[in-house]
Amino acid sequence: MERSSLDVWVGIFVVGGMVALLILALKVGNAGDLLRAGPTYTLTASFENIGGLKPKAPVRSAGVVVGRVGSIDYDPETFNAVVKLHIEQRYNRFPRDTFASIYTSGLLGEQYIGLAPGGDEKLLADGDRISKTQKAVVLEDLIGQFLTSRAGEPAGK
Amino acid sequence: MSSDNFVEISDLQFGYGRRAILKGLDLHVPRGKVVSIMGGSGCGKTTLLRLIGGALRPSSGLVRVAGESVADLDRDGLYRLRRRMGMLFQFGALFTDLSVFDNVAFPMRERTALPEPVVRDLVLMKLHAVGLRGAAKLMPGELSGGMARRVALARAVALDPELIMYDEPFTGLDPISLGVISNLIRTLNDALGATSIVVTHDVRESMKILDYCYLMAEGQVVAQGTPAEMLASQKPYARQFFHGEIDGAVPFHYPGADYGTELGLVQRGR
Amino acid sequence: MVDKGWLTVSGIGRRSIESLLRLGFAARFLGLTLVQSLTCLRRPRLVVREVYFSGVLSLVIILVSGLFVGMVLGLQGYQTLRTYGSESALGVLVALSLLRELGPVITALLFASRAGSAVTAEIGLMKATEQLRAMEMMAVDPIARVVAPRFWAGVISTPLLTAMFTAMGIYGGYLVGVVLLGVDEGSFWSQMQNSVDFREDVVNGLIKSLVFGVAISWIAVFEGYDAPPTAEGVSGATTRTVVTSALTILFLDYILTSLMFRGL
Repeated sequence: MERSSLDVWVGIFVVGGMVALLILALKVGNAGDLLRAGPTYTLTASFENIGGLKPKAPVRSAGVVVGRVGSIDYDPETFNAVVKLHIEQRYNRFPRDTFASIYTSGLLGEQYIGLAPGGDEKLLADGDRISKTQKAVVLEDLIGQFLTSRAGEPAGK
Repeated sequence: MSSDNFVEISDLQFGYGRRAILKGLDLHVPRGKVVSIMGGSGCGKTTLLRLIGGALRPSSGLVRVAGESVADLDRDGLYRLRRRMGMLFQFGALFTDLSVFDNVAFPMRERTALPEPVVRDLVLMKLHAVGLRGAAKLMPGELSGGMARRVALARAVALDPELIMYDEPFTGLDPISLGVISNLIRTLNDALGATSIVVTHDVRESMKILDYCYLMAEGQVVAQGTPAEMLASQKPYARQFFHGEIDGAVPFHYPGADYGTELGLVQRGR
Repeated sequence: MVDKGWLTVSGIGRRSIESLLRLGFAARFLGLTLVQSLTCLRRPRLVVREVYFSGVLSLVIILVSGLFVGMVLGLQGYQTLRTYGSESALGVLVALSLLRELGPVITALLFASRAGSAVTAEIGLMKATEQLRAMEMMAVDPIARVVAPRFWAGVISTPLLTAMFTAMGIYGGYLVGVVLLGVDEGSFWSQMQNSVDFREDVVNGLIKSLVFGVAISWIAVFEGYDAPPTAEGVSGATTRTVVTSALTILFLDYILTSLMFRGL
């Protein structure tokens, strides 16, 4: 085996391994989201019950992922779950009265937080607390909740 | 010690576990000479070479090479000493994954910082000395036994060692290769001004090139002298060894129970 | 008498002591290899050469096996998931089983039998033909020159091969699930991306394969170096490399899995 052609093959091998890793990270896994994630700001929300919500679960508004769940803590004074939401900086125009609810994607899918914007002129800023929250509930209640929040939205949205 | 002995061994004892191999061996190899160590198979000749090379440590006794006690050297000291030695192994022990050229270049590349063009010239010179310059590109698998031995010899002398050790250099060679190798041992020794130790049990071939000969049996030197003295020796073991007699000091039969008893020809008391 | 020896109490005791001694020597040998690894840093060419023989030459078997394992997963997963009407989760099933378990474990098993055994046979043969001794007599440490490069080549190759096996397997699952059986392509990938966590699944799988790579390489070089210098000795050592590696991989897999995925 010629020295140089051996080197070429090992080079191809290593590059191939790296490409496979990149595929696993970006196309199969969620490293792309982690990389793409620009600057974020943090909102806090308390829930009576978070059901099966986990850290890193998506935060969606109108179905679009706008951020991720950060940490989940328990507040021993209010007996509520305190959830930190990392929202991408470019989506910084959520009104004060935005409604945060916990949904389940599909029948058996993962749980995520849905943000339903209200009509307030004032906007939520970094470190603010979302006051209107809805705990994780059974499917029928969720549908009801969804419809009511929809009805409150301004027309044309 | 006298300065004209390159290797001095006195009262050397060594054993693997409880099995004693060398039992009080005395031997010296004068500088510039070709000395052979002979003896039957399994008498500890190869072990002796490994003791000189520092691969084994003696149980007691002294091995001095170039004035240094081998057993007292640390790893670095030992490696420094080994740089002054070359060794030809029984079947050459060429590196099977390297070409002939790379095999001979191996000690130069590993142990010196010579630039590659110099290495190339030196390798070709060494290969030329053993008559195999044309085979530089071949792999060890493509060589005959005799050629492999010659390449190994070129590798052993690659760095112009002061001491060259040969472990059974004549084993398994046809008569022509045999003559070539024994001739090379002599000429290389004289050309390099080196000292050679040849471990062998080939009497006929080695007697042509030797300066001095030790005969070993059961871990001790039983006879020594110049080739002529050895051939004329009347010591029973020496006579049997050098003239290839079947029975003598070394019995033909491995020790066992009485032949007649074992075959049931002689009735035991039952 | 020697054959029956290990049934007796003293025989069992002797065997235990022997295995303990061997394990001790193996540990010391690993230490020596690590100490002598500076050579590999100073002369990376030595490692590159061995990566070629261990890694590049294992490439075909790894890629082909990965493809077929992924295709089988796609087929089996589809049959099972269809009964619950959730074929769209096929991507998740294929990706998670490959990333967490099948990728690292099967790659390691294949690598042990393809490259590990070859390394053992090579070192064992070098020992049997006195090449290692010759090297030592040339004042070159065989552990630095022969053992360490092969050890590190194995450690480097295993994670790379695992990544390629897993990626290939996922495309195999895609081929069967999406192209042949008609699972929706969008949900295949998007559900996968939502469920697969980079740190939790991808990185943990790679850590597994790295640990397996160290174990296989250690076993392979040690068995070769420790092999009796005869034909039977070398062939026995080669067999032992494959058997010991396989058992070690499966054992370590259980340990690592219980440590890594405990919280899930």
